Amino acid sequence: MTCDEADVLLHALIDGELDAARARDVEAHVAGCQRCATELRQFREMRHAMTGASLRFVAPAALRSRIEAAIPVPAARASQPSRRFLLQGFAFGTALSAAAAAGVVLFVVRSGEDERLLGDAVSAHLRSLQAEQHLADVRSADQQVVRPWFSGKVAVAPPVIDLAAQGFTLVGGRLDTIDGKPVAAIVYRRGVHVINLFVGASANAGHTAALGEAVQGFNTQRWSDQGFRFIAISDMGADELRDFHIQFETGLRAGA
Amino acid sequence: MMLAGRHRLGRARSAMAGDVHDPERARRFREAALPHLDEVYTLARYLLRNAADADDAVQECYLRALKHFDTFRGGAIRPWLFAILRNTCKGVYAQRGFADQELAEDAVPLWSEPQETPEAGMLRRREEQSIREMVSALPGQFRETIVLREINGLSYSEIAEIAGVPIGTVMSRLARARSMLRTAWLAIEERAQ
Repeated sequence: MTCDEADVLLHALIDGELDAARARDVEAHVAGCQRCATELRQFREMRHAMTGASLRFVAPAALRSRIEAAIPVPAARASQPSRRFLLQGFAFGTALSAAAAAGVVLFVVRSGEDERLLGDAVSAHLRSLQAEQHLADVRSADQQVVRPWFSGKVAVAPPVIDLAAQGFTLVGGRLDTIDGKPVAAIVYRRGVHVINLFVGASANAGHTAALGEAVQGFNTQRWSDQGFRFIAISDMGADELRDFHIQFETGLRAGA
Repeated sequence: MMLAGRHRLGRARSAMAGDVHDPERARRFREAALPHLDEVYTLARYLLRNAADADDAVQECYLRALKHFDTFRGGAIRPWLFAILRNTCKGVYAQRGFADQELAEDAVPLWSEPQETPEAGMLRRREEQSIREMVSALPGQFRETIVLREINGLSYSEIAEIAGVPIGTVMSRLARARSMLRTAWLAIEERAQ
């Protein structure tokens, strides 16, 4: 590989857009080329700084109102995502699963309780994205600030883990409601993707393996550990969200 | 995906596509498109570099999107919204934000002699404002590519589809955009020392 080729391809490497063979080619070139190694390092640092900085804008409230006003609202219903609609979605999903099962495909039965939890998680996630100020009640990338904020607000203060080194920036936390109970919502961000991690008390103190599932176009991961029940939801890819779960669990076990 | 399934049913029911007053359709649109308003607005701010123009373009974009919601085939809605926004910006403001797009792709050297900066220099976090300014100063097509990638987080193939260019062009634009950013970045570093 020439340096000219590497000039372009190392960006694809940074962006995770190369297949494994091509990535190895670029890495092999960089390993033997001081110039391209410097390039790669500088671009990675620059990218890191850009990802960490808030480069996004928030739409002005007046603009939001004008757009909302232009979309007809059904007279009988509130403008919020309706629970009924979401539940219809689940009914549909279950019907599909049943069809899959009939075809002797291994699948996981979603219990009625899980449906309720996931439905609430989708609603809460959508609500949190409707406006920047809905996202977090306490805003800090410092776990020592976010965790104590929850004390007295929920039955057990949730574990808040710093995953900045793993690429998930802590945004903050807020109180939310899942299944009629107050739960802690811990908010992380990776790039443009927001992750809501809902943490509630679990009757089961042990560890259950994570279940990953796409619901209403969002990816979810749910698991229990150390007396907590976790539901993570995001519009990021399923693999990325699984990675988030793994990193969080690793951090939790390390007592971070 | 469920939305797509329901959507197709809806389309079959109303052969007169584009009925913006259909409440069921409006509700689906609201749930799918409104959560991305800040992102669409962000892209508009970088494309047009002017708050008032961005405001107008985003409003126009959402009206068009609602009108043409039947052409949305399900899947990721953000690239679809961004493509509409991009057309809105090009059509309405052809003389403004996109006027500098004619810049030849090879007008800017891809690579300049690497300058060894102290680790702490490059690593020091730039203030958000100066990063925004550096991004805003990029020529149109490079600015668009870097914003879609770094701020909106789209994949190369999604960017290629929105911009209507091959993936190879996305890659070379991104490489040049980052090279230009780095040059601006290092210049600021130098001044700061």
